[in-house]
Amino acid sequence: MSQVSGKISGINGNLITVVVNDTITQNEVAYAVKGDEHLKSEVIRIQGNKAFLQVFESTKGLKVGDTVEFTGELLSVQLGPGLLQQIYDGLQNPLPQLAEKHGFFLPRGQILEALDHDKKWDFTPKVKVGDKVSGGYYLGSVPETQFTHYVMVPFDVQGEWTVEEIADKGEYTVVEKIASIKDERGNVRDLQMQFDWPVKIPIQAYKQKLMPTDPLITKVRIIDTFFPVAKGGTYCVPGPFGAGKTVIQQITSRYADVDIVIIAACGERAGEIVETMREFPELTDPRTGRSLMERTIIIANTSSMPVAAREASVYTATTLGEYYRQMGLGVLLLADSTSRWAQAMRELSGRLEEIPGEEAFPAYLESRIAEFYERSGLIETHDGKVGSLTIGGTVSPAGGNFEEPVTQATLKVVGAFHGLSRDRANARRFPSIHPLDSWSRYHSAVSENLVEEARKFLFRGSEVHQMMMVVGEDGTSLEDFEVYLKSEFVDAVYLQQNGFDPIDAATSPERQNHISEIMNKILHTDFTFDDKEQARSFFYDLRQKFIDWNYMEYESDDFKKQEKVITDLIEG
Amino acid sequence: MRKVYNKIESVSGNVITVRAADIHYEELAEITTRRCTSLAQVIKLEDDLVSLQVFAGSRGVSTNDEIRFLGHPMNVSFSEDMLGRIFNGSGVPRDGGPEISESVIEIAGPSVNPAKRIIPSRMIRTNIPMIDVFNSLVASQKLPIFSVSGEPYNELLARIALQAEVDMIILGGIGLKFDQFMYFKNALEEGGALNRSIFFMHLASEPIVEGLMVPDLALAVAEKFAISGKEVLVLLTDMTNFSDALKEIAITMEQVPSNRGYPGDLYSQLASRYEKAVDFEGSGAITILGVTTMPGDDVTHPVPDNTGYITEGQFYLRNGRIEPFGSLSRLKQLVNNKTRDDHRAIMDGMIQLYAQYLETLEKRSMGFRMSSWDDKLIKYGELFESQMMSLQVNIPLEEALDRGWSILAECFKPEETGFRTELVKQFWPKKEEAEGVAHGEN
Ligand SMILES: Nc1ncnc2c1ncn2[C@@H]1O[C@H](COP(=O)(O)OP(=O)(O)OP(=O)(O)O)[C@@H](O)[C@H]1O
Ligand SMILES: [Mg+2]
Repeated sequence: MSQVSGKISGINGNLITVVVNDTITQNEVAYAVKGDEHLKSEVIRIQGNKAFLQVFESTKGLKVGDTVEFTGELLSVQLGPGLLQQIYDGLQNPLPQLAEKHGFFLPRGQILEALDHDKKWDFTPKVKVGDKVSGGYYLGSVPETQFTHYVMVPFDVQGEWTVEEIADKGEYTVVEKIASIKDERGNVRDLQMQFDWPVKIPIQAYKQKLMPTDPLITKVRIIDTFFPVAKGGTYCVPGPFGAGKTVIQQITSRYADVDIVIIAACGERAGEIVETMREFPELTDPRTGRSLMERTIIIANTSSMPVAAREASVYTATTLGEYYRQMGLGVLLLADSTSRWAQAMRELSGRLEEIPGEEAFPAYLESRIAEFYERSGLIETHDGKVGSLTIGGTVSPAGGNFEEPVTQATLKVVGAFHGLSRDRANARRFPSIHPLDSWSRYHSAVSENLVEEARKFLFRGSEVHQMMMVVGEDGTSLEDFEVYLKSEFVDAVYLQQNGFDPIDAATSPERQNHISEIMNKILHTDFTFDDKEQARSFFYDLRQKFIDWNYMEYESDDFKKQEKVITDLIEG
Repeated sequence: MRKVYNKIESVSGNVITVRAADIHYEELAEITTRRCTSLAQVIKLEDDLVSLQVFAGSRGVSTNDEIRFLGHPMNVSFSEDMLGRIFNGSGVPRDGGPEISESVIEIAGPSVNPAKRIIPSRMIRTNIPMIDVFNSLVASQKLPIFSVSGEPYNELLARIALQAEVDMIILGGIGLKFDQFMYFKNALEEGGALNRSIFFMHLASEPIVEGLMVPDLALAVAEKFAISGKEVLVLLTDMTNFSDALKEIAITMEQVPSNRGYPGDLYSQLASRYEKAVDFEGSGAITILGVTTMPGDDVTHPVPDNTGYITEGQFYLRNGRIEPFGSLSRLKQLVNNKTRDDHRAIMDGMIQLYAQYLETLEKRSMGFRMSSWDDKLIKYGELFESQMMSLQVNIPLEEALDRGWSILAECFKPEETGFRTELVKQFWPKKEEAEGVAHGEN
């Protein structure tokens, strides 16, 4: 393809205007050239002979008249074995390799291969010459950490193609030819393990999309029991600063019962993702006994990194998630924070002088958010495997007020809402998910009737509490007071969970069911107390015993002993 | 020699436009008006129309004033000779001393690769119990002081600067009142810290845009010193003034405001400064303490709100004290397990009891009956406020922890405090020792 190029005619922040007298494509990648720096950019608007480009790097030092080279390719990521354990920026540049080459600082205009081109993978073919294939069909597989990584026909391959050549079992790099395929008209395509896919286009090379029903177990009690997430579903975690959004995602990234976790640190603090980067290689995945990093991909486009790349980072992460879903794996994408992504859109929209909507967000904010969450889902592959991509995004509402555009647009499309409360965080009641305001459309990991009963007490307890604020403890009946104590009990022993204790942090669904039953027994026992003091000390005692129980290994001897202590206490 | 232009096309707010070719984005120019010579920065290019933000303000700019482009972006020198010196918001000496022009460095340079960052691990001691015990400051942390105007935030900043164990202090003043500037200067001089300090001072009397560069100047210099192995503390006061300067430019440039007039990129702008806080593996570190005054004591105001989303906690200064609620050091758990065995227990336990004291106060104000437990809490709360919270208190961490136990012993029986038995055995004072505390000295 002949090289199309243009000249810069205007610069405003990271938006450049380029005069170009040739064919160009919306969303294609271009490079602004400044000496040996190639500043990656994306075409975001075309008007006559003018193209508007967002530059993914600082535009400092560019001039009117500087050259811009167009590539004709949409903004894409490289897909293939070797993505796991990687730490990328929002455009899939591997950060550790950049550090090796350039030291402490992120250089401008330097691009590295996302996948190692020298590493050999142990390829086993799955198709024979003459087999019919199409985009997303498995050609073979390679082992990647603990997974079978299926090498696929690139997703842009449409219609029926015939395998002409397929590599023998053996060692290959991601760029070596492993197959060649031919269509009806005789067009031949050579295939390698690695191929590109444009990040803003959902991967749909599967048989069908299914309804998400199975719970995705996070091992966080308040989530799995009260506000569950489904495999292939979506959820959001809005909350004011310091309420615990990042911590709850960190906990989920460790304990969630999924194959692969993709962490998109989008416009947040670098220090937070550094903790994950440094700790995960040392931590073992309880499911496999292997390093947690082996199932993780980190996309880090933190708050001081270029803002346009921040906008792209969410799409990069989603595309990698969709890719592994194609192999029949369960993938969880955690994005922190989607508000920063929305703000990146807002900054750009402002520079384009688009008509602003509420709080200056662009009018298409809602549809972009909906499109993003719509890329989640449960799918059946061409091979009959079931894969899922679950998306959980944090939201950082201005002023902590949920009545703002990003939170509202998100609430319209997600399947579960984990609203974090400033009051609960201040009272150190973690995880600070609000037990009355939050909701979920998915099925609980615990029998629904147990959940409903507990929920009833939480509601009634909160009513009594509000009344008590006015009339004082003295003016509250003993009966109401007991309801209040029971709701506080549920809060303390079930909703609150110590995310830093290895046992308490991860409560299996069996255990959640088991302790829910005991808890229900307590809620339904009519204790006869002489006075409030006695009631209070009884429940404090019970609370202490239950919390101690939470710290004991499930079904261990200690656990069984403690259960006896608790049931004896209830039966008096 | 670069060409000189003298036909200004438009003047609006502090932004002027001029027609010129071959101009770099963000490059500097010098504009000479009848009033003064000022620096200006290119903030927009459209064909040959160049928009410049004039640091000294556009007041008195005539359409035929001379503009000379410098061909480079904003720079600052970096040299040991800067120690003890005072510069203005454009990096020019304001102390009458000589200009420093050696080893020029670019400001607002690229950000640190996250892969090169390390988990912070060193506590910075300040001898202020509300910080050291309850919200420890950690090297490479970024932390603002949230405060309404009128609170002694600059005094607090100066005190931390003097007592913190750091190699050097860089003070960035944005919209500082003259007397506060003099206060800082005198305080550091008296404390013997002036010769390890560098000041970048923009005063309230100066055009607001000139304050815009201060954080970048301070942080660029800090970065160089930190890479060369220095432990640097950067103080920025007041970042609300900085944000207001951003707001002013945005409005002049007719950007659509997102929230109460502030531009939509306020978060990114603040983050690119605060994120300069870093611990360079194998060399020094940059710690940033900022001041964010809250108009109307409103934390949801866009400036404190965006700041809270960026920084690693905040010190909430109210009624001359650092409030235990609302204040948070998000990095404290990285260091307070390595100090003394009772540190975390004292930190949590004393705060929980203090929370109960506040509840009791509320009950009392509503006229509810006070129990004997309430009386104990009231005694405790008052001691806690006078012996721990007061900013007059100036003692090392270990002494503060001991004092914590004394206060507890003075008010409660061990089992009423909920502390683990081993800790009580080891730290609970014997009867006589506890006596002194109510009359203890600061
Ligand atoms: N589950 C938890 N258990 C214990 N402490 C927690 C928990 N969640 C949050 N915290 C405390 O609250 C602090 C802030 O939490 P976190 O960083 O997750 O907030 P955030 O909502 O992500 O804030 P921001 O929007 O500013 O990023 C943590 O540093 C920690 O001290
Ligand atoms: Mg966070």
